[in-house]
Amino acid sequence: MELKKTFAAATMLAGAMTALSFMSAGAAQAQGALVMYCAVQEEWCRAMTTAFERETGIKVSMTRKSSGEIYAQVKAESQNPRADIWWGGTGDPHMQAAEEGLTEAYKSPKMSELQDWAVRQWDQSKQRTVGIYSGALGFGYNTDQAKANNIGEPKCWADLLKAELKDEVQVADPNSSGTAYTLLATIIQIMGEDKGFEYLKALHKNVNQYTKSGAAPAKATALGETTVGITFLHDMVTMVVDKAPVKVVAPCEGTGYEIGSMSIIKGAKNLDSAKKFYDWALTADAQKLGAEAKSYQVPSNKNTPIPPQSPKLSDVKLINFDFAKYGSSDERKRLLSKWDNEVKNLPK
Amino acid sequence: MSRATLGWIVLSWVGFALLPWYGFDRSASPTLSDYFVSGSALIHSLRGVWWLLPILVPLGMALVPAIRPSIQQKGTWLVASGLLGLALIVAQGFSIGLNGWTFEILRGLFGEPGPSQAGMGYGAALTAAAFLIILCHGLAARGWCRGDAFVTSSIGAVVALILVFVFFPVSTILASAFADNSGNFAPSEFVAKFMDKSIWGLDCLTSDLRCGVAWNTLFLGLLVAFGTTALGLAFALIATRTDFRYKKLLRVMSVLPIITPPFVIGLALILLFGRSGALSNILWEWFGVPRSRWIYGLPGVFIAQLLAFTPIAFLVLIGVVQGISPTLEEASQTLRAKSWTTFWTVTLPLMRPGLANAFLLGFVESLADFGNPLVLAGNYEVLSTKIFFAVVGAQQDQGRAAVLSIILLAFTLGAFWLQHAWLGKKVYTTVTGKGDSGIPLPLPRRVALASYFTAIPWAIFTVAVYAIIVVGAFVRSMGRDYTPTFEHFITAFRVERADWGLYFSGSAWNSFFATVKVAALSAPLTAAIGLLTAYLLTRQRFSGQRAFEFGTLLSFAIPGTVVGVSYILAFNVPPIEITGTGFILVMCFVFRNMPVGVRSGIATLSQIDKSLDEASLTLGARSSTTMRRVVLPLLRPAIVASLVYSFVRAMTAVSAVIFLVTAEYNMATTYIVGRVEAGEFGLAIAYSTALILVMLLAIVAIQLMVGERRLGRRSASAPSPIAVQAIP
Repeated sequence: MELKKTFAAATMLAGAMTALSFMSAGAAQAQGALVMYCAVQEEWCRAMTTAFERETGIKVSMTRKSSGEIYAQVKAESQNPRADIWWGGTGDPHMQAAEEGLTEAYKSPKMSELQDWAVRQWDQSKQRTVGIYSGALGFGYNTDQAKANNIGEPKCWADLLKAELKDEVQVADPNSSGTAYTLLATIIQIMGEDKGFEYLKALHKNVNQYTKSGAAPAKATALGETTVGITFLHDMVTMVVDKAPVKVVAPCEGTGYEIGSMSIIKGAKNLDSAKKFYDWALTADAQKLGAEAKSYQVPSNKNTPIPPQSPKLSDVKLINFDFAKYGSSDERKRLLSKWDNEVKNLPK
Repeated sequence: MSRATLGWIVLSWVGFALLPWYGFDRSASPTLSDYFVSGSALIHSLRGVWWLLPILVPLGMALVPAIRPSIQQKGTWLVASGLLGLALIVAQGFSIGLNGWTFEILRGLFGEPGPSQAGMGYGAALTAAAFLIILCHGLAARGWCRGDAFVTSSIGAVVALILVFVFFPVSTILASAFADNSGNFAPSEFVAKFMDKSIWGLDCLTSDLRCGVAWNTLFLGLLVAFGTTALGLAFALIATRTDFRYKKLLRVMSVLPIITPPFVIGLALILLFGRSGALSNILWEWFGVPRSRWIYGLPGVFIAQLLAFTPIAFLVLIGVVQGISPTLEEASQTLRAKSWTTFWTVTLPLMRPGLANAFLLGFVESLADFGNPLVLAGNYEVLSTKIFFAVVGAQQDQGRAAVLSIILLAFTLGAFWLQHAWLGKKVYTTVTGKGDSGIPLPLPRRVALASYFTAIPWAIFTVAVYAIIVVGAFVRSMGRDYTPTFEHFITAFRVERADWGLYFSGSAWNSFFATVKVAALSAPLTAAIGLLTAYLLTRQRFSGQRAFEFGTLLSFAIPGTVVGVSYILAFNVPPIEITGTGFILVMCFVFRNMPVGVRSGIATLSQIDKSLDEASLTLGARSSTTMRRVVLPLLRPAIVASLVYSFVRAMTAVSAVIFLVTAEYNMATTYIVGRVEAGEFGLAIAYSTALILVMLLAIVAIQLMVGERRLGRRSASAPSPIAVQAIP
């Protein structure tokens, strides 16, 4: 009997506690607070949070999610926004949010210190999002696997089509990953749409798996599950720093890149804090934190020292990536469905 | 009028006149006077919030039968009061939002922007609940459910909760299936998206092209459901009907996978069977078996899901196998049936409710699973991941996600309907009040052998997988660098000694505490609501019962991603504004996991003879007393199953909570997902092992707290002629 009473009592107690302990939760948003959605790696997010708190005394509530998840959440919350600033993550969802008016236009006094690509993106988005870092697309290969299977060093996009790499290339599915969509857009911009799709069809024969997440091929390459993985270079660099047998390659034909961005949410409850963070995040001091947190993207402030592990931009041939065209939702839908129909469903 | 009814009438007034009607702004710090009286609806309505004034009418109506005991139609007054009260609260809540009128029509009629109000608070919640119960008491007084107010109130409460936390959010998102991207009604878009070749294509039958994602999902679901049911049955038979020496060990091991955070099983399988995996290396070096990537795709997901969901089948089946009365088996043997015939024609058919429920759960779990396909599915696409990436991926197409969800929903509900058809109207009662029913028969040889041959290799396999996990937590980088280290645990769970006490500086503590708190709160609520629902479904007859059962299953059938997004859409604005609180997480878990409580409750209850309840009722006990003193003790296995399941699920769910977590309520799984994304498998695995430990402790605690069900069954070794009661 006692047991049953305990159980019933516990149930009731839990019910009451649930109601009481949570209804008033979230009271941390006092004066000088900031709610931030952060889309880079946990360490970097934390480093930014604590550095900004130390600098300004503003209390930051940070939640880390992937860029796509944040976009979906910001959109769902648009009636009654919860976040103030969305910092980091690949630029496409930021551009999409800007296009849909989910984010606020803002001109920071720090704009003059930024690289051209960051300013260009800011212009294209009607001042609603700004570049904070960039990362070039490329691939990495597992040196152990390459040696074991006698595969010559791939240097160019064209090398990935070689027959010796059959079933040895891994890349994400552009439907689910911004990284792979960047590859799709890059190839089309380098080769033109028809030739580009020919290339992707040929590459399809060598692809062993279209992963869901964009960075997954980097891990698979490090573990030797695949010989070549196509990702952003900084994802591969992270593996190299972790002492994996991986060599990072910036393709010889040139390559596209992503712009990690920052936007202020429209209807932000702490707009002043958001602007303060915005200005601060564009300074060289704030951007230095990336490399300290083992993220090797290229910072957007011209004065930020480029981390020594980062792929040298002088070694990487960047194409003039048209973010406005390939970031628009119509063009994206068209290319993705074309890829679905013409490439993904091909037999191996 | 009963004291309970009076009590609820008083509460309705308390909610209206004393408690704060509105929720507090996040940034405000309410004083005591905000909590009492001054924030109440009464004061608000006197100060110009005119739309709350009409609520006084139903409040007054409820008083009529209380003040004039001579009045004839008490029930009718109560029903009218409850209905009107609820209608008024809902109407004002939905038509006046944060920024004025919420409907175009009202804006047109009364001008923009109109009055505004915040989300509902304690007062509104209490008053609405009181109106609901008053309504149910009124219905009971009018003779519904044989005049049993407990039953009508329970039905009312469960229906209301399901309406608010399942139907309301889900309908908001499913509506987007019929809308184009800018939100206009466009049924042709729905047809186009629904008929898409990537969903229904059948190319894999005729060529080496891929089949549609719907067929993939269905096929995988059926495979997994068969597999888990068979394995679960083998484990359940060994655990209850044999004297296998390592039973206890087998039980613990079979429960391990259920308490494993997502991704971990998938990662372990890759580290074992991947192209560079440990076992693949051994096979290559010793036997020359070429290394390949067979694990990525259907085989990998199938194995991972078998590992993950067999325990659910086991938990459902063990209660059922225990409950089977040996009397019928003994009767069969007395009639000279061979033990195999007895098993095949008596024992197995009696397990049908359990088998059907285990199958259904396995199928539905496989359909809803997100973590394993994400890691292992390779080019084998399934609906759950497809839905997730339709929302968060490069397409960002919520309508497509809704269409895919509808398909997933249809599969689940189809399985539910089939299960009903298979079980039919047969009776499965074997737990009766008739005292001792003999010794359970030992298993027939071939069944025992078959059970051993399926269960033991599987158990060994499970051990191997977990060995990999444990090793992974203590080495630098699994698969590459096997230097032993504690660094992952230190990063995650460092505790420092500061002057003022202990400082939890590890990066995982924050999410760890939040997760344990949310899980511990949601488990008892889930079990209570789930079992109450099961009781209503099996023991009471009321119109609309089938629809009611349907509703309880709905939240389970909907993929987590869709639930997550729909909770934000529904609960981010008044009248119910709870996003960003821990409360929304608890509610999400309660209603996602409740179906397991319901299913295991139904399976167990359908074995318990109704005459036991009836005896209690005949002796003058009310149905609430009967529930507490007769039904609950017999339901112990179901209680354990649903408590364990909901606790564990709250700690391991991923896709639903990704959208609901905040800085304060960050969940362990989202932390782990972040780590996996960043390639820090070691840290992810270390955190997971810590979570596994916590869950093991919780399961032991739940077992101890609830206790075992003691049925009047003798055991062959220790005959105890005294134990004749089914009730301890």
